[in-house]
Amino acid sequence: MLDIQNLHATVEEKDILKGLTLKVNPGEVHAIMGPNGSGKSTLTNVIAGREGYEVKEGQLNFEGQDLTELSPEERARAGIFLAFQYPVEIPGVSNMEFLRASLEEVRAAQGKEPYDAVTLLRKTREACQQVDLDQAFLKRGVNEGFSGGEKKRNEIMQMLLLEPKLALLDETDSGLDIDALQVVAKGVNSLRSPDRAIVLVTHYQRLLDFIVPDFVHVLSNGRIVKTGGKELALELEEKGYGWITGEEA
Amino acid sequence: MSPNAEINKLLESGYEAGFVTDIESDTLPPGLNEEVIRTISKRKNEPEWLLEWRLAAYRRWLEMDYPEWAHLDYPEVDFNKVSYFSAPKSMKDRPKSLDEVDPELLRTYEKLGIPLHEQEMLAGVQNPVAVDAVFDSVSVGTTFRKQLEEAGVIFCSISEAVHSHPELVKKYLGSVVPQGDNFYAALNSAVFSDGSFVYIPKGVRCPMELSTYFRINEQNTGQFERTLIIADEGSHVSYLEGCTAPMRDENQLHAAVVELVALPGANIKYSTVQNWYPGDEEGRGGIYNFVTKRGVCFDNAKISWTQVETGSAITWKYPSVILRGDNSIGEFYSVALTRHKQQADTGTKMIHLGKNTKSTIVSKGISASKSSNVYRGLVRIGPGAENARNFTQCDSMLIGDTCAAHTFPYIESRNPTAVIEHEATTSKVSEDQLFLCQSRGLDPEKAVSMIVNGFCKEVFQELPMEFAVEARALLEISLEGAVG
Ligand SMILES: Nc1ncnc2c1ncn2[C@@H]1O[C@H](COP(=O)(O)OP(=O)(O)OP(=O)(O)O)[C@@H](O)[C@H]1O
Ligand SMILES: [Mg+2]
Repeated sequence: MLDIQNLHATVEEKDILKGLTLKVNPGEVHAIMGPNGSGKSTLTNVIAGREGYEVKEGQLNFEGQDLTELSPEERARAGIFLAFQYPVEIPGVSNMEFLRASLEEVRAAQGKEPYDAVTLLRKTREACQQVDLDQAFLKRGVNEGFSGGEKKRNEIMQMLLLEPKLALLDETDSGLDIDALQVVAKGVNSLRSPDRAIVLVTHYQRLLDFIVPDFVHVLSNGRIVKTGGKELALELEEKGYGWITGEEA
Repeated sequence: MSPNAEINKLLESGYEAGFVTDIESDTLPPGLNEEVIRTISKRKNEPEWLLEWRLAAYRRWLEMDYPEWAHLDYPEVDFNKVSYFSAPKSMKDRPKSLDEVDPELLRTYEKLGIPLHEQEMLAGVQNPVAVDAVFDSVSVGTTFRKQLEEAGVIFCSISEAVHSHPELVKKYLGSVVPQGDNFYAALNSAVFSDGSFVYIPKGVRCPMELSTYFRINEQNTGQFERTLIIADEGSHVSYLEGCTAPMRDENQLHAAVVELVALPGANIKYSTVQNWYPGDEEGRGGIYNFVTKRGVCFDNAKISWTQVETGSAITWKYPSVILRGDNSIGEFYSVALTRHKQQADTGTKMIHLGKNTKSTIVSKGISASKSSNVYRGLVRIGPGAENARNFTQCDSMLIGDTCAAHTFPYIESRNPTAVIEHEATTSKVSEDQLFLCQSRGLDPEKAVSMIVNGFCKEVFQELPMEFAVEARALLEISLEGAVG
């Protein structure tokens, strides 16, 4: 599904990803861990197509298609979803309005009928319930005045409605209290299916207790330096990154 | 039914060709002098007092200096080249067909879903029959008139009112905007062509929203429009001016005057969507819009101005409220969008004279490409205005980095009990916001229009429902190509 080979990417002329290779198949859950500044958010942004993030070398394919040829909105319509580490506010644009517009575009691109008003309302309410957000949030501006945890849950709510093929979650767990963490994990798990893949960026093992990954990768200095199963996360929790990256912990 | 639907129906129903005025003979040669004013007045069969009133305004105008503003930049208008009785416009100067009309304008019409016939009318194509079909139609005009008559509401052209209700016109014309108020108001007073007249009797709630769109002979109001609305004690009225489709007009200079009188306990809501031709990308051919709009509130009365401005090459406009009576309320909600080389200098004046008077100002300025958008507001609290309160919120949004936004709030308080609050923000459509929208499948144009619409929300929710929907569509279209 996602096939990244020897990827080199820059942000504002600065080399950040330096030969990253990662393969994600349908049905798999991958966790990406690694020290601050190692390039985890950069990787998710490169996949989602953020402006200013340039691929200089290597391959970035999604379902056999070269992603670098697609605009960010085309990637979204193709089924890629990025849950942001720092979700931004859009004052005055209600969550509902935003969801409606987004769903319309994404579903149309996938040859699906737009939801009628009643279905849309039902779906959005269900999604709210799933992430334990009050329905009042549908009327509020997108992330406007939301607490940190509410913003994260709002991202997951969008993901549940958009039903992406590939979900990239960038530190969705940070800033969540322990109950919210379980709620979010449940939401993500409900999306797990043989034809979907999930890439989780996280610093903490505890998320992986709830969303059990098939693979754990360590990203360091723009490259994946170690890959293992779920036990690798436990080992990292205990020992830090030093023993892998060659630096003192 | 929407105005568009109404008109579509009319056009489909066909028209009876017949009446076409001899247009050429109705146009005076360019230039302004007392003789021209006498001729205008005579053509309109006006009473002596009105002629004298016009002449007095003209004499004041002659003594006034040509206005210059720091933030507007435009070539001086040669007032001797303007024809002061040019409406209906000379047919032979009009485009022969839509093929001769700016393609950009046509694209906009298409986006707004305006049918061909109406496009021709709006673009001023030589097609007098279609115009007549719309505006001289008996059906639209008269059905509404009947209902209004039953309620005792007077809604007609001001020329008509001069004859049918001279006592009202005489009493209130110039009572809010005096003849010598400013350069363009003086000019308008001297040569005004026509406009709306509204009177709502005591205690009456006007049974429908009044729209210029339905007024008969709308196309004849010309460049010096004059509107007078009087809401008698305890009455309510909502008035809509303009329409979302860009109007093309051969007259480059527009200097309208609007006067609102809200007698004790009355409530006037005046909404405008102004979308005159802004000119091409360089601003060529665009309209200069210099408007004086002002209302006066007596005890317990309320006036609310809501405007959405996207058109004109140059806009100069400050709808104001004089809060003369105790407990009266003034509101101003404005969205002004500029792009290409458009220049807008808009804002409001709230003059608090009565006790416990309240005013609210919400201004949203959006500038894109090389445009300039200025908010200029004055809040004046008179010495007798005990416990006056004002709240001003003034937000600017920039799209790109070659545009400009300026805010000039003036506050003059002569009463220590006044409470004046002012908030101002300037923001940009941020890359983060754009990327969030894109990564949810929205293209950048849609994203920007959504973000801008969100920014304008507080103003749009003041507009009558249908107008609000149109205003949003209009913003969306106006923003096309603003990203990138
Ligand atoms: N716009 C930018 N301009 C310059 N440098 C940038 C920019 N964006 C990211 N970087 C740099 O790229 C490197 C990788 O950043 P990135 O955000 O991908 O790290 P991360 O692994 O997600 O870290 P964290 O765990 O703190 O979220 C950092 O050194 C960061 O400073
Ligand atoms: Mg990060």
